[in-house]
Amino acid sequence: MPPTDTDIGGGKTIAENPSQTGASSAILRFEAAERRYGEVVAVGGVDCDIEAGSFVALVGSSGSGKSTLLKMVNTLVEPSGGRVLFAGEDVTDINQARLRRRVGYVFQGIGLFPHFSVAENIAIGPRLAGEKLTGARVAELLELVELDADMASRMPDELSGGQRQRVGVARALAGDPELLIMDEPFGALDPITRDALGEKVRELHEQLGLTTIMVTHDMAEALLLADRVLVMAHGELVADEAPRALLEGAGGDIAQGLVAVPRQQAERLAEMEGRLA
Amino acid sequence: MSEIVAILFGLGDKLAAHIVLAASAIGLGILVALPLAVWASRSQAVSRIALGFASLVQTIPALALLALFFPILLSLRAVFGEDLPTLGFLPALLALALYALLPILRNAVTAQANLDPQVLEAADGVGMTGWQKLALVEAPLSAPFIMAGIRTASVWTIGAATLSTTIGQPSLGDPIFAGLQTQNWALVLAGCVASAALALVVDALLGLVERGFAARKRWMWGAGLAAVLLGVAGALFYQSGGDDEDTIVIASKQFSEQYILAQLIGSQLEKAGYSVEYRDGLGSAVVHSAVASSAIDISVDYTGTIWTNELGRSDNPGREAMYETIVEWERANTGVRVLGRLGFENAYAFAMRADRAAELGATSLEDLVPLAPQLVVGGDPEFFERPEWVSVRDAYGLRFRRTRNFQPTFMYNALRSNEADVISAYTSDGRIAADRLVVLDDPREALPSYDAMLMLSPRIAGDEDIAAVLEPLIGAISVEDMREANFSVDREGEGKVSPREAARVLAEKIGL
Repeated sequence: MPPTDTDIGGGKTIAENPSQTGASSAILRFEAAERRYGEVVAVGGVDCDIEAGSFVALVGSSGSGKSTLLKMVNTLVEPSGGRVLFAGEDVTDINQARLRRRVGYVFQGIGLFPHFSVAENIAIGPRLAGEKLTGARVAELLELVELDADMASRMPDELSGGQRQRVGVARALAGDPELLIMDEPFGALDPITRDALGEKVRELHEQLGLTTIMVTHDMAEALLLADRVLVMAHGELVADEAPRALLEGAGGDIAQGLVAVPRQQAERLAEMEGRLA
Repeated sequence: MSEIVAILFGLGDKLAAHIVLAASAIGLGILVALPLAVWASRSQAVSRIALGFASLVQTIPALALLALFFPILLSLRAVFGEDLPTLGFLPALLALALYALLPILRNAVTAQANLDPQVLEAADGVGMTGWQKLALVEAPLSAPFIMAGIRTASVWTIGAATLSTTIGQPSLGDPIFAGLQTQNWALVLAGCVASAALALVVDALLGLVERGFAARKRWMWGAGLAAVLLGVAGALFYQSGGDDEDTIVIASKQFSEQYILAQLIGSQLEKAGYSVEYRDGLGSAVVHSAVASSAIDISVDYTGTIWTNELGRSDNPGREAMYETIVEWERANTGVRVLGRLGFENAYAFAMRADRAAELGATSLEDLVPLAPQLVVGGDPEFFERPEWVSVRDAYGLRFRRTRNFQPTFMYNALRSNEADVISAYTSDGRIAADRLVVLDDPREALPSYDAMLMLSPRIAGDEDIAAVLEPLIGAISVEDMREANFSVDREGEGKVSPREAARVLAEKIGL
């Protein structure tokens, strides 16, 4: 793809209209993407480019439309207006099963198949594509998410919550996806597991050269893991900043309101530490 | 006890027929219910309509549902032609399958509705198509619950299948109904034990399959399923061995006289080298249609029955004219050949206990008129719906305090225990003499005659060899002989014999 003049690695302006730029290096592009349920507007006309290789956090409070926007990518939710382009193709034109194999999906519910072993869960994507995943490949995927290879024969109900989500990530990676989308992936985990898994995912993102979009309501998690933060409110993108810029006060009131929470927590903790010292 | 065991060993063919019928009905139920459940899980409206219909079917008594398929199939002959069977396997299969629908459908729909939405989202997320989701996720996760529904349906169906005897389908109900009519409790018990044992075995095997599905142990559900299939295959094999095109099928209605006469006719044919099969305990209403459609070959019917039920007449032209009219009507309209009259009448008559009659001073229906408002009259299940009752009631202006229905056997007990003062007895019934009952005169001749006739289906109507074999029965049985034979079967305790034995004694007496 020819290089274009759109800024790479985190757009500063949300008003720009990427569709006018024609071809771009964006692996994913939202063009006035919109989803209505009757009178209710879940996502109202989002324009945005996601560059290949970027780690993007999609932040917002409950009901802001962030999950709906994410699910438009693998057509779990179909847009009622506008388009979503994946590598230049409208996602609704791509064979649904093929699309979902190219887009790894991790979500809060994890949704491991309870009647499949860990290995069968991980291998399901390739199996649907008619390939058989070797034991070595399963072991390799388990190793990627820091699980023992002998976990392969276990059933999901024998695993802890953190282990299950690691299997969930391994399953999403099994088909060598170009894009990894995650919907509150760590929401149900305890803080320590959550932290460890978050860092692991970031590491895998680098290691495998993925493009990653993560939906979260936790601004601290977004700031620490992502290199670009999109903030949504009432179905619209209200901020699109690099983490550092957000910490420096950019992005407007809603974004700053979200940033304020972890910042105040950190300040109070630091204050307590000072007092103790 | 040993008697029951002996009977049980003789039930092989009934058991095989029962298994084949129940298995087919459950299989058909599954075949309809599962796709319907999948559809219902994708549409609220379908779910409501399907479950509503299945529940409605469930409210119809099984016996009525079985009986209803006779007129339904009869009317469907307009579409599928005259070869569509209206009795026997087909209506039993359809009724029982309908009955099996509800538990399977309800469990399948509930199982689908209770699937973890996260797992379903994951199935979409990894790129499963609708069919893959159904096969790889929804079906295996619902399987234990669906299996539980199939288990319930199987136990119900095996129990309800005993009722298919009444529409001419052999089953474990045959000994139950025959035993009920002839007060042979060993026969009733044997039928119940066999059908209950079958239900328990099937329940245990399907339970194994259910637990195997739940625990995802292939050997477990595999073994259970293999055992069930083996049983069905064995029953099919057993049945296919006994089938014979040239077999002559003899029907009997649900009372002793019919069982005895069927055995008498059967043994006469067997002596002449024919192979014979019995369809015992058919509902009175279906016997004539079964003969007319050659579903069965031979029956014994009564002039009064045919006169009102088939010819739709309510007048009374006298005994001879009635018989001649019926013979001609059958020849012209149904192709059934009336070979002749057996010689006795089994007419309706009103009977009372001798002491009670003396006490009230009643010797005829006329005498009963002023007394009726204090009396309870008992009749067999169809009696109060029959024109005979209407004709007697209106001819004499009888107004009883109460009318009660009894199975014929229990009617006499009711008289003995004062639960009824007057009953609609049958003139050939042995218990009239045995219980020393008084048969009330009918001076206004309101009750029509009921000559027993030998009826041959159109299939064998032209077979003069068969006619020749049966000819000796015509005009050979007096009402006294018939009463004696009936009583030997109906009585309790010493001297009670099986219908087969009674038929043998009767044959000897009339010189066959």
